[in-house]
Amino acid sequence: MSHSHIDVRYVAKLARLELSDEEVAIFQPQLEAILRHAEALSQLDVTGIEPTAHPAPVFDRMRADVPHASLSPDALLRNAPDQTQAQIRVPKVVTDA
Amino acid sequence: MTLASLRRQLLAGDTTSAAILHHLAGEIAARDSLTGAYLSYDLEAALAEAALADLTLPLGGIPIAIKDNINVLGQPCTCGSKILAENYRSPYDATVIRKLRAAGAIPFGRMNQDEFAMGSATENSALQTTRNPRDPERIPGGSSGGPAAAVADATAIAALGSDTGGSVRQPASHCGVVGLKPSYGRVSRYGLVAFASSLDQIGPLTQTVEDAALVLQAIAGFDPLDSTCLDVPVPDYLAGLHHGVHGLKLGVPKEYFGTGIDPGVRKNVESAIQKLAAQGAEIVGISLPHTEHAVATYYVIAPAEASSNLSRFDGIRYGHRTAKPADILDLYKKSRDEGFGPEVKRRIILGTYVLSSGYYDAFYGRAQKVRTLIRRDFEAAFQQVDAVLSPVAPTPARKIGAFANDPLHEYLSDIFTLSANLAGIPGISVPCGTTHFDGATNLPVGLQILGPHLCEAKLLQIAQAVEV
Repeated sequence: MSHSHIDVRYVAKLARLELSDEEVAIFQPQLEAILRHAEALSQLDVTGIEPTAHPAPVFDRMRADVPHASLSPDALLRNAPDQTQAQIRVPKVVTDA
Repeated sequence: MTLASLRRQLLAGDTTSAAILHHLAGEIAARDSLTGAYLSYDLEAALAEAALADLTLPLGGIPIAIKDNINVLGQPCTCGSKILAENYRSPYDATVIRKLRAAGAIPFGRMNQDEFAMGSATENSALQTTRNPRDPERIPGGSSGGPAAAVADATAIAALGSDTGGSVRQPASHCGVVGLKPSYGRVSRYGLVAFASSLDQIGPLTQTVEDAALVLQAIAGFDPLDSTCLDVPVPDYLAGLHHGVHGLKLGVPKEYFGTGIDPGVRKNVESAIQKLAAQGAEIVGISLPHTEHAVATYYVIAPAEASSNLSRFDGIRYGHRTAKPADILDLYKKSRDEGFGPEVKRRIILGTYVLSSGYYDAFYGRAQKVRTLIRRDFEAAFQQVDAVLSPVAPTPARKIGAFANDPLHEYLSDIFTLSANLAGIPGISVPCGTTHFDGATNLPVGLQILGPHLCEAKLLQIAQAVEV
Protein backbone atom coordinates (compact mmCIF):
# COMPACT_ATOMS: atom_id res chain seq x y z
CA MET A 1 0.00 0.00 0.00
CA SER A 2 1.25 3.44 -0.87
CA HIS A 3 1.55 5.91 1.96
CA SER A 4 2.95 8.70 -0.17
CA HIS A 5 -0.37 10.42 -0.74
CA ILE A 6 -0.68 13.22 1.79
CA ASP A 7 -3.60 15.58 2.37
CA VAL A 8 -1.43 18.61 2.99
CA ARG A 9 -4.19 20.93 4.15
CA TYR A 10 -5.56 18.40 6.64
CA VAL A 11 -2.13 17.61 8.11
CA ALA A 12 -1.33 21.32 8.30
CA LYS A 13 -4.50 21.79 10.30
CA LEU A 14 -3.38 19.08 12.73
CA ALA A 15 -0.09 20.98 13.07
CA ARG A 16 -1.91 24.29 13.68
CA LEU A 17 -0.62 25.83 10.47
CA GLU A 18 -2.89 27.89 8.25
CA LEU A 19 -1.58 27.52 4.72
CA SER A 20 -2.50 29.62 1.71
CA ASP A 21 -3.70 27.88 -1.48
CA GLU A 22 -0.35 28.76 -3.06
CA GLU A 23 1.54 27.07 -0.24
CA VAL A 24 -0.57 23.92 -0.53
CA ALA A 25 0.06 23.82 -4.28
CA ILE A 26 3.82 24.12 -3.77
CA PHE A 27 4.11 21.70 -0.83
CA GLN A 28 1.89 18.93 -2.23
CA PRO A 29 4.27 17.58 -4.93
CA GLN A 30 7.37 18.30 -2.83
CA LEU A 31 6.08 16.33 0.16
CA GLU A 32 4.86 13.48 -2.03
CA ALA A 33 8.32 13.21 -3.60
CA ILE A 34 9.93 13.08 -0.16
CA LEU A 35 7.46 10.45 1.08
CA ARG A 36 8.02 8.33 -2.03
CA HIS A 37 11.72 8.40 -1.26
CA ALA A 38 11.02 7.44 2.38
CA GLU A 39 8.86 4.53 1.27
CA ALA A 40 12.04 2.76 0.13
CA LEU A 41 12.55 1.93 3.81
CA SER A 42 9.67 -0.55 3.49
CA GLN A 43 11.91 -2.77 1.33
CA LEU A 44 14.23 -3.47 4.26
CA ASP A 45 13.65 -6.45 6.52
CA VAL A 46 13.53 -5.06 10.06
CA THR A 47 12.04 -8.12 11.72
CA GLY A 48 13.27 -8.37 15.27
CA ILE A 49 15.24 -5.10 15.07
CA GLU A 50 14.90 -2.86 18.12
CA PRO A 51 14.07 0.77 17.32
CA THR A 52 16.65 3.43 18.20
CA ALA A 53 14.91 6.42 19.76
CA HIS A 54 18.10 7.72 21.17
CA PRO A 55 21.75 7.11 20.24
CA ALA A 56 23.39 7.29 23.70
CA PRO A 57 23.07 4.60 26.37
CA VAL A 58 21.46 6.84 28.98
CA PHE A 59 17.94 6.21 30.16
CA ASP A 60 15.65 7.50 32.87
CA ARG A 61 18.24 9.51 34.70
CA MET A 62 16.71 11.32 37.69
CA ARG A 63 18.25 14.32 39.34
CA ALA A 64 18.41 14.70 43.11
CA ASP A 65 15.06 15.91 44.43
CA VAL A 66 16.46 19.20 45.69
CA PRO A 67 14.87 22.58 44.94
CA HIS A 68 16.99 24.93 42.85
CA ALA A 69 16.58 28.44 41.56
CA SER A 70 14.67 28.88 38.29
CA LEU A 71 13.95 31.90 36.14
CA SER A 72 11.84 34.64 37.70
CA PRO A 73 8.31 35.31 36.40
CA ASP A 74 9.53 38.75 35.45
CA ALA A 75 12.34 37.35 33.27
CA LEU A 76 9.93 35.01 31.51
CA LEU A 77 7.17 37.57 30.99
CA ARG A 78 9.59 39.93 29.29
CA ASN A 79 9.24 37.91 26.05
CA ALA A 80 5.45 37.52 26.19
CA PRO A 81 3.65 39.16 23.23
CA ASP A 82 0.82 40.34 25.48
CA GLN A 83 0.56 40.46 29.25
CA THR A 84 -1.41 41.92 32.10
CA GLN A 85 -1.23 41.65 35.90
CA ALA A 86 1.99 39.59 35.73
CA GLN A 87 0.32 37.00 33.51
CA ILE A 88 0.31 36.20 29.79
CA ARG A 89 -2.88 37.44 28.10
CA VAL A 90 -4.59 35.32 25.42
CA PRO A 91 -7.97 35.47 23.67
CA LYS A 92 -10.87 33.77 25.39
CA VAL A 93 -10.34 29.99 25.27
CA VAL A 94 -13.88 28.85 26.12
CA THR A 95 -17.05 29.86 24.31
CA ASP A 96 -20.10 31.17 26.14
CA ALA A 97 -22.46 28.51 27.49
CA MET B 1 44.64 34.84 13.50
CA THR B 2 44.10 31.50 15.19
CA LEU B 3 42.71 31.18 18.68
CA ALA B 4 45.93 29.50 19.85
CA SER B 5 48.18 32.28 18.51
CA LEU B 6 45.97 35.00 19.99
CA ARG B 7 46.16 33.25 23.35
CA ARG B 8 49.97 33.41 23.18
CA GLN B 9 49.84 37.12 22.27
CA LEU B 10 47.42 37.86 25.09
CA LEU B 11 49.58 36.06 27.65
CA ALA B 12 52.72 37.81 26.38
CA GLY B 13 50.99 41.19 26.70
CA ASP B 14 51.28 41.84 22.95
CA THR B 15 47.56 42.43 22.58
CA THR B 16 44.44 42.85 24.70
CA SER B 17 40.98 41.38 24.58
CA ALA B 18 39.58 44.85 23.81
CA ALA B 19 42.04 45.27 20.93
CA ILE B 20 40.93 41.91 19.48
CA LEU B 21 37.28 42.99 19.68
CA HIS B 22 37.96 46.35 18.04
CA HIS B 23 39.91 44.56 15.31
CA LEU B 24 37.02 42.15 14.69
CA ALA B 25 34.51 45.01 14.61
CA GLY B 26 36.71 46.66 11.94
CA GLU B 27 36.86 43.44 9.91
CA ILE B 28 33.08 43.04 10.16
CA ALA B 29 32.54 46.64 9.04
CA ALA B 30 34.92 46.09 6.13
CA ARG B 31 33.59 42.78 4.78
CA ASP B 32 30.44 41.49 6.41
CA SER B 33 28.13 43.61 4.24
CA LEU B 34 29.14 41.23 1.43
CA THR B 35 29.40 37.97 3.41
CA GLY B 36 26.33 38.49 5.62
CA ALA B 37 27.49 36.14 8.35
CA TYR B 38 26.50 38.34 11.30
CA LEU B 39 22.86 38.97 12.19
CA SER B 40 23.91 41.26 15.03
CA TYR B 41 26.66 41.91 17.55
CA ASP B 42 26.98 43.93 20.72
CA LEU B 43 30.46 45.46 20.88
CA GLU B 44 29.79 47.48 24.05
CA ALA B 45 28.66 44.42 26.01
CA ALA B 46 31.64 42.42 24.76
CA LEU B 47 34.08 45.22 25.67
CA ALA B 48 32.61 45.34 29.17
CA GLU B 49 33.31 41.62 29.50
CA ALA B 50 36.77 42.06 27.97
CA ALA B 51 37.65 44.58 30.66
CA LEU B 52 37.06 41.88 33.28
CA ALA B 53 38.53 38.94 31.33
CA ASP B 54 40.82 36.61 33.26
CA LEU B 55 43.60 35.95 30.76
CA THR B 56 44.96 33.03 32.79
CA LEU B 57 41.90 30.93 31.91
CA PRO B 58 42.16 28.55 28.89
CA LEU B 59 40.17 30.84 26.55
CA GLY B 60 40.73 34.04 28.54
CA GLY B 61 39.83 37.16 26.55
CA ILE B 62 38.90 35.32 23.32
CA PRO B 63 35.67 36.35 21.52
CA ILE B 64 33.64 33.41 20.18
CA ALA B 65 30.85 33.91 17.60
CA ILE B 66 27.58 32.13 18.39
CA LYS B 67 25.06 30.59 16.01
CA ASP B 68 21.72 32.32 16.47
CA ASN B 69 20.01 29.27 17.99
CA ILE B 70 22.10 29.21 21.19
CA ASN B 71 20.79 31.38 24.04
CA VAL B 72 23.06 34.09 25.46
CA LEU B 73 21.57 36.11 28.32
CA GLY B 74 20.08 39.41 27.12
CA GLN B 75 20.92 38.84 23.45
CA PRO B 76 18.61 38.04 20.52
CA CYS B 77 18.19 34.39 19.51
CA THR B 78 16.29 34.48 16.22
CA CYS B 79 17.08 30.97 14.93
CA GLY B 80 17.03 32.69 11.53
CA SER B 81 13.24 32.93 11.85
CA LYS B 82 10.73 35.75 11.71
CA ILE B 83 8.90 34.06 14.57
CA LEU B 84 11.68 35.01 17.02
CA ALA B 85 13.10 38.09 15.27
CA GLU B 86 10.70 40.74 16.56
CA ASN B 87 11.15 40.84 20.29
CA TYR B 88 12.81 37.77 21.80
CA ARG B 89 15.73 38.29 24.19
CA SER B 90 17.29 35.26 25.87
CA PRO B 91 16.42 35.12 29.57
CA TYR B 92 19.36 32.81 30.33
CA ASP B 93 22.72 31.49 29.14
CA ALA B 94 22.91 28.10 27.45
CA THR B 95 25.21 25.69 29.29
CA VAL B 96 27.83 25.97 26.51
CA ILE B 97 27.83 29.73 27.05
CA ARG B 98 28.24 29.33 30.81
CA LYS B 99 31.14 26.98 30.12
CA LEU B 100 32.72 29.34 27.57
CA ARG B 101 32.47 32.18 30.09
CA ALA B 102 33.93 29.95 32.82
CA ALA B 103 36.88 29.35 30.45
CA GLY B 104 37.30 33.12 30.05
CA ALA B 105 35.81 33.45 26.55
CA ILE B 106 33.47 36.24 25.45
CA PRO B 107 30.37 35.38 23.36
CA PHE B 108 30.46 37.94 20.54
CA GLY B 109 28.11 38.03 17.58
CA ARG B 110 24.90 36.30 16.53
CA MET B 111 25.49 34.26 13.39
CA ASN B 112 23.09 33.63 10.52
CA GLN B 113 21.70 30.16 9.90
CA ASP B 114 18.96 28.27 8.10
CA GLU B 115 15.68 28.82 9.92
CA PHE B 116 15.66 26.54 12.98
CA ALA B 117 18.78 24.87 11.50
CA MET B 118 16.73 23.31 8.69
CA GLY B 119 18.80 23.46 5.54
CA SER B 120 22.18 22.88 3.94
CA ALA B 121 22.80 26.29 2.37
CA THR B 122 21.72 29.02 4.84
CA GLU B 123 19.27 30.01 2.07
CA ASN B 124 16.41 29.16 4.43
CA SER B 125 17.28 32.02 6.77
CA ALA B 126 14.27 34.34 6.84
CA LEU B 127 16.52 37.25 7.77
CA GLN B 128 19.40 37.59 5.31
CA THR B 129 21.60 35.93 2.71
CA THR B 130 25.01 34.64 3.72
CA ARG B 131 27.60 34.25 0.99
CA ASN B 132 30.63 32.00 0.81
CA PRO B 133 33.69 34.21 1.38
CA ARG B 134 35.67 32.05 -1.11
CA ASP B 135 33.13 32.93 -3.84
CA PRO B 136 30.26 35.31 -3.05
CA GLU B 137 28.00 33.81 -5.73
CA ARG B 138 27.98 30.57 -3.76
CA ILE B 139 26.35 29.23 -0.63
CA PRO B 140 28.40 28.95 2.55
CA GLY B 141 26.69 25.62 3.27
CA GLY B 142 24.39 25.19 6.19
CA SER B 143 22.78 25.28 8.46
CA SER B 144 25.70 26.87 10.36
CA GLY B 145 26.55 29.02 7.33
CA GLY B 146 27.05 32.22 9.34
CA PRO B 147 29.56 30.69 11.77
CA ALA B 148 31.50 28.98 8.95
CA ALA B 149 31.55 32.04 6.69
CA ALA B 150 32.72 34.34 9.49
CA VAL B 151 35.58 32.04 10.52
CA ALA B 152 36.62 31.65 6.86
CA ASP B 153 36.35 35.43 6.33
CA ALA B 154 38.41 36.13 9.50
CA THR B 155 35.57 38.23 10.90
CA ALA B 156 35.44 35.68 13.74
CA ILE B 157 38.24 33.78 15.44
CA ALA B 158 36.13 30.75 16.29
CA ALA B 159 32.42 29.99 16.46
CA LEU B 160 29.86 27.63 17.91
CA GLY B 161 27.39 25.96 15.56
CA SER B 162 24.92 23.12 15.89
CA ASP B 163 24.91 19.90 13.87
CA THR B 164 21.71 17.84 13.46
CA GLY B 165 22.56 16.20 10.12
CA GLY B 166 25.84 17.85 9.10
CA SER B 167 25.15 21.49 9.91
CA VAL B 168 28.62 22.10 11.36
CA ARG B 169 30.67 19.77 9.11
CA GLN B 170 29.19 20.66 5.71
CA PRO B 171 29.50 24.48 5.94
CA ALA B 172 33.00 23.99 7.37
CA SER B 173 33.83 21.93 4.27
CA HIS B 174 32.29 24.48 1.88
CA CYS B 175 34.07 27.43 3.51
CA GLY B 176 37.43 25.75 4.10
CA VAL B 177 37.48 25.69 7.90
CA VAL B 178 37.46 22.99 10.59
CA GLY B 179 34.08 21.84 11.95
CA LEU B 180 33.53 19.27 14.69
CA LYS B 181 30.31 17.50 15.66
CA PRO B 182 30.89 15.90 19.06
CA SER B 183 29.35 12.58 20.11
CA TYR B 184 25.72 12.73 21.17
CA GLY B 185 25.81 13.49 24.90
CA ARG B 186 29.35 14.94 24.91
CA VAL B 187 28.15 18.57 25.01
CA SER B 188 25.06 19.87 26.80
CA ARG B 189 22.14 20.92 24.62
CA TYR B 190 20.56 23.03 27.38
CA GLY B 191 19.87 26.44 25.84
CA LEU B 192 20.22 25.23 22.23
CA VAL B 193 16.83 25.78 20.59
CA ALA B 194 15.77 22.20 19.83
CA PHE B 195 15.31 21.03 16.24
CA ALA B 196 15.60 17.23 16.53
CA SER B 197 16.50 16.37 20.10
CA SER B 198 17.95 12.90 19.46
CA LEU B 199 20.25 14.26 16.73
CA ASP B 200 21.25 17.82 17.75
CA GLN B 201 24.74 18.53 19.06
CA ILE B 202 26.70 21.78 19.48
CA GLY B 203 30.20 21.93 18.03
CA PRO B 204 33.03 24.34 17.19
CA LEU B 205 33.97 25.88 13.82
CA THR B 206 37.58 27.06 13.79
CA GLN B 207 40.50 27.86 11.55
CA THR B 208 42.65 25.00 12.85
CA VAL B 209 42.26 21.56 14.42
CA GLU B 210 44.10 22.78 17.54
CA ASP B 211 41.54 25.57 17.95
CA ALA B 212 38.69 23.04 17.65
CA ALA B 213 40.32 21.02 20.44
CA LEU B 214 40.60 24.16 22.62
CA VAL B 215 36.93 25.06 22.18
CA LEU B 216 35.70 21.47 22.63
CA GLN B 217 37.73 21.27 25.85
CA ALA B 218 35.81 24.26 27.20
CA ILE B 219 32.29 23.16 26.23
CA ALA B 220 32.38 19.37 26.78
CA GLY B 221 31.16 17.69 29.93
CA PHE B 222 28.25 16.72 32.12
CA ASP B 223 25.31 19.03 32.70
CA PRO B 224 22.48 18.12 35.07
CA LEU B 225 20.18 20.39 33.02
CA ASP B 226 20.37 18.06 29.97
CA SER B 227 19.24 14.53 30.78
CA THR B 228 20.96 13.22 27.63
CA CYS B 229 24.35 14.73 28.53
CA LEU B 230 26.81 12.02 29.58
CA ASP B 231 28.35 11.97 33.04
CA VAL B 232 31.76 10.73 31.93
CA PRO B 233 35.20 12.33 32.29
CA VAL B 234 36.40 14.75 29.61
CA PRO B 235 39.89 13.83 28.33
CA ASP B 236 42.66 16.31 27.53
CA TYR B 237 41.99 16.98 23.83
CA LEU B 238 45.38 18.62 23.28
CA ALA B 239 47.49 15.87 24.86
CA GLY B 240 47.52 13.51 21.87
CA LEU B 241 46.97 16.06 19.15
CA HIS B 242 50.43 15.62 17.59
CA HIS B 243 50.77 11.86 18.08
CA GLY B 244 50.27 11.23 14.37
CA VAL B 245 48.52 8.35 12.65
CA HIS B 246 51.29 5.74 12.55
CA GLY B 247 49.75 2.31 13.16
CA LEU B 248 46.15 3.53 13.08
CA LYS B 249 43.68 1.60 10.94
CA LEU B 250 41.50 3.94 8.89
CA GLY B 251 38.46 2.63 7.05
CA VAL B 252 37.35 3.82 3.62
CA PRO B 253 33.69 2.84 3.06
CA LYS B 254 32.94 1.91 -0.53
CA GLU B 255 29.40 3.34 -0.21
CA TYR B 256 30.86 6.85 0.29
CA PHE B 257 32.87 6.80 -2.96
CA GLY B 258 30.24 5.80 -5.52
CA THR B 259 28.95 7.70 -8.51
CA GLY B 260 27.60 11.18 -7.90
CA ILE B 261 30.74 12.47 -6.25
CA ASP B 262 32.35 15.39 -8.00
CA PRO B 263 35.73 14.32 -9.46
CA GLY B 264 37.51 17.22 -7.74
CA VAL B 265 36.09 16.24 -4.38
CA ARG B 266 37.12 12.62 -4.94
CA LYS B 267 40.66 13.62 -5.97
CA ASN B 268 41.21 15.82 -2.93
CA VAL B 269 39.77 13.30 -0.48
CA GLU B 270 41.82 10.48 -2.00
CA SER B 271 44.96 12.65 -1.79
CA ALA B 272 44.26 13.24 1.91
CA ILE B 273 43.87 9.49 2.43
CA GLN B 274 47.20 8.93 0.64
CA LYS B 275 48.79 11.53 2.87
CA LEU B 276 47.62 9.66 5.98
CA ALA B 277 48.89 6.38 4.48
CA ALA B 278 52.26 8.02 3.85
CA GLN B 279 52.40 8.91 7.55
CA GLY B 280 51.99 5.27 8.53
CA ALA B 281 48.23 4.77 8.74
CA GLU B 282 46.87 1.49 7.42
CA ILE B 283 44.03 2.15 4.98
CA VAL B 284 41.34 -0.56 4.99
CA GLY B 285 38.40 -0.90 2.61
CA ILE B 286 35.17 -1.34 4.57
CA SER B 287 31.41 -1.38 4.00
CA LEU B 288 28.61 0.54 5.70
CA PRO B 289 25.83 -1.29 3.87
CA HIS B 290 22.83 0.76 5.06
CA THR B 291 24.28 4.11 3.94
CA GLU B 292 21.81 4.42 1.04
CA HIS B 293 18.93 4.47 3.56
CA ALA B 294 20.35 7.27 5.69
CA VAL B 295 18.57 10.11 3.87
CA ALA B 296 15.12 8.48 4.07
CA THR B 297 15.66 7.52 7.71
CA TYR B 298 16.84 10.97 8.66
CA TYR B 299 14.09 12.83 6.80
CA VAL B 300 11.47 10.84 8.69
CA ILE B 301 13.03 11.07 12.17
CA ALA B 302 14.27 14.67 12.09
CA PRO B 303 10.97 16.22 10.88
CA ALA B 304 9.03 14.06 13.36
CA GLU B 305 11.07 15.43 16.24
CA ALA B 306 10.93 18.94 14.77
CA SER B 307 7.14 18.91 14.48
CA SER B 308 6.97 18.13 18.18
CA ASN B 309 9.70 20.58 19.27
CA LEU B 310 8.36 23.47 17.20
CA SER B 311 4.87 23.16 18.65
CA ARG B 312 6.13 25.49 21.40
CA PHE B 313 6.10 28.37 18.90
CA ASP B 314 2.41 29.15 19.18
CA GLY B 315 2.34 32.92 19.71
CA ILE B 316 1.53 32.62 23.41
CA ARG B 317 4.62 32.86 25.64
CA TYR B 318 7.23 34.34 23.28
CA GLY B 319 7.79 35.07 19.63
CA HIS B 320 5.48 36.44 16.96
CA ARG B 321 1.76 36.74 17.63
CA THR B 322 -0.67 37.55 14.83
CA ALA B 323 -2.29 40.99 15.02
CA LYS B 324 -6.04 40.42 15.33
CA PRO B 325 -6.87 36.77 16.04
CA ALA B 326 -10.55 35.78 15.90
CA ASP B 327 -10.06 33.21 18.67
CA ILE B 328 -7.34 31.11 20.27
CA LEU B 329 -7.15 28.57 17.42
CA ASP B 330 -6.89 31.38 14.89
CA LEU B 331 -4.09 32.87 16.99
CA TYR B 332 -2.08 29.62 16.86
CA LYS B 333 -2.58 29.03 13.14
CA LYS B 334 -1.99 32.57 11.91
CA SER B 335 0.94 33.24 14.24
CA ARG B 336 2.66 30.08 13.01
CA ASP B 337 1.80 30.70 9.35
CA GLU B 338 3.15 34.25 9.52
CA GLY B 339 6.19 33.35 11.61
CA PHE B 340 7.55 30.20 9.93
CA GLY B 341 9.20 30.04 6.50
CA PRO B 342 8.50 27.39 3.84
CA GLU B 343 11.15 24.81 4.78
CA VAL B 344 10.06 24.83 8.43
CA LYS B 345 6.42 24.40 7.40
CA ARG B 346 7.33 21.54 5.06
CA ARG B 347 9.15 19.72 7.83
CA ILE B 348 6.43 20.33 10.42
CA ILE B 349 3.82 18.92 8.00
CA LEU B 350 6.06 15.97 7.09
CA GLY B 351 6.78 15.26 10.75
CA THR B 352 3.13 15.53 11.74
CA TYR B 353 2.22 13.13 8.94
CA VAL B 354 4.78 10.43 9.79
CA LEU B 355 3.72 10.53 13.45
CA SER B 356 -0.01 10.42 12.71
CA SER B 357 -2.22 7.41 13.29
CA GLY B 358 -2.03 4.96 10.39
CA TYR B 359 1.39 6.16 9.18
CA TYR B 360 3.44 5.97 12.38
CA ASP B 361 4.48 2.33 11.92
CA ALA B 362 5.10 2.63 8.19
CA PHE B 363 7.35 5.67 8.51
CA TYR B 364 8.47 6.67 12.00
CA GLY B 365 8.55 3.22 13.62
CA ARG B 366 10.34 1.75 10.63
CA ALA B 367 12.84 4.61 10.40
CA GLN B 368 13.77 4.07 14.07
CA LYS B 369 14.53 0.42 13.27
CA VAL B 370 16.62 1.31 10.22
CA ARG B 371 18.42 3.78 12.48
CA THR B 372 19.46 0.75 14.55
CA LEU B 373 20.84 -0.91 11.38
CA ILE B 374 22.83 2.25 10.53
CA ARG B 375 24.18 2.39 14.10
CA ARG B 376 25.19 -1.29 13.88
CA ASP B 377 27.03 -0.66 10.59
CA PHE B 378 29.33 1.71 12.46
CA GLU B 379 29.68 -0.58 15.49
CA ALA B 380 30.82 -3.35 13.15
CA ALA B 381 33.18 -1.01 11.28
CA PHE B 382 34.81 0.16 14.50
CA GLN B 383 35.60 -3.46 15.38
CA GLN B 384 37.90 -3.33 12.35
CA VAL B 385 39.18 0.24 12.19
CA ASP B 386 39.97 3.21 14.45
CA ALA B 387 38.12 5.75 12.30
CA VAL B 388 36.32 6.13 8.97
CA LEU B 389 37.36 8.55 6.20
CA SER B 390 35.00 10.03 3.59
CA PRO B 391 34.02 13.18 1.74
CA VAL B 392 31.83 15.62 3.70
CA ALA B 393 29.61 16.52 0.74
CA PRO B 394 29.33 15.13 -2.80
CA THR B 395 30.24 18.50 -4.38
CA PRO B 396 31.88 21.78 -3.39
CA ALA B 397 29.67 24.81 -2.68
CA ARG B 398 26.97 25.30 -5.31
CA LYS B 399 25.60 28.61 -6.54
CA ILE B 400 22.99 30.44 -4.48
CA GLY B 401 19.47 29.59 -5.68
CA ALA B 402 20.39 26.47 -7.65
CA PHE B 403 18.04 24.05 -5.84
CA ALA B 404 15.06 26.33 -5.27
CA ASN B 405 11.81 24.31 -5.19
CA ASP B 406 13.54 20.93 -5.09
CA PRO B 407 13.91 20.07 -1.40
CA LEU B 408 14.43 16.34 -2.02
CA HIS B 409 17.44 17.06 -4.24
CA GLU B 410 18.90 19.20 -1.47
CA TYR B 411 18.23 16.50 1.15
CA LEU B 412 20.09 13.91 -0.95
CA SER B 413 23.26 16.03 -0.78
CA ASP B 414 23.36 15.41 3.00
CA ILE B 415 24.06 11.70 2.45
CA PHE B 416 27.60 11.60 3.94
CA THR B 417 26.92 13.56 7.13
CA LEU B 418 23.50 12.33 8.33
CA SER B 419 24.63 8.88 9.48
CA ALA B 420 26.88 10.24 12.24
CA ASN B 421 23.90 11.98 13.84
CA LEU B 422 21.70 8.90 13.48
CA ALA B 423 24.43 6.77 15.11
CA GLY B 424 25.36 9.42 17.71
CA ILE B 425 29.05 9.24 16.81
CA PRO B 426 31.48 12.17 16.45
CA GLY B 427 32.62 13.58 13.12
CA ILE B 428 35.03 16.27 11.99
CA SER B 429 35.47 18.10 8.70
CA VAL B 430 39.00 19.23 7.97
CA PRO B 431 40.08 21.13 4.83
CA CYS B 432 41.96 18.88 2.38
CA GLY B 433 42.40 21.06 -0.70
CA THR B 434 40.56 23.07 -3.31
CA THR B 435 39.10 22.24 -6.69
CA HIS B 436 37.54 23.60 -9.86
CA PHE B 437 33.77 23.17 -9.94
CA ASP B 438 30.93 24.54 -12.01
CA GLY B 439 32.94 27.41 -13.47
CA ALA B 440 34.64 28.32 -10.20
CA THR B 441 38.23 27.76 -9.15
CA ASN B 442 39.72 27.07 -5.74
CA LEU B 443 36.59 25.94 -3.95
CA PRO B 444 37.42 24.23 -0.63
CA VAL B 445 36.92 20.50 -0.09
CA GLY B 446 36.67 18.85 3.31
CA LEU B 447 37.69 15.40 4.50
CA GLN B 448 35.27 13.86 6.99
CA ILE B 449 36.63 11.67 9.78
CA LEU B 450 34.11 9.65 11.81
CA GLY B 451 35.02 7.79 14.98
CA PRO B 452 33.54 5.66 17.75
CA HIS B 453 31.33 7.27 20.40
CA LEU B 454 33.31 9.64 22.68
CA CYS B 455 36.53 9.27 20.62
CA GLU B 456 36.84 12.96 19.71
CA ALA B 457 40.50 12.97 20.77
CA LYS B 458 41.28 10.36 18.11
CA LEU B 459 39.45 12.38 15.42
CA LEU B 460 41.37 15.51 16.35
CA GLN B 461 44.64 13.58 16.23
CA ILE B 462 43.90 12.26 12.72
CA ALA B 463 42.61 15.65 11.54
CA GLN B 464 45.81 17.27 12.80
CA ALA B 465 47.80 14.86 10.61
CA VAL B 466 45.72 15.90 7.58
CA GLU B 467 46.23 19.58 8.34
CA VAL B 468 50.03 19.47 8.74
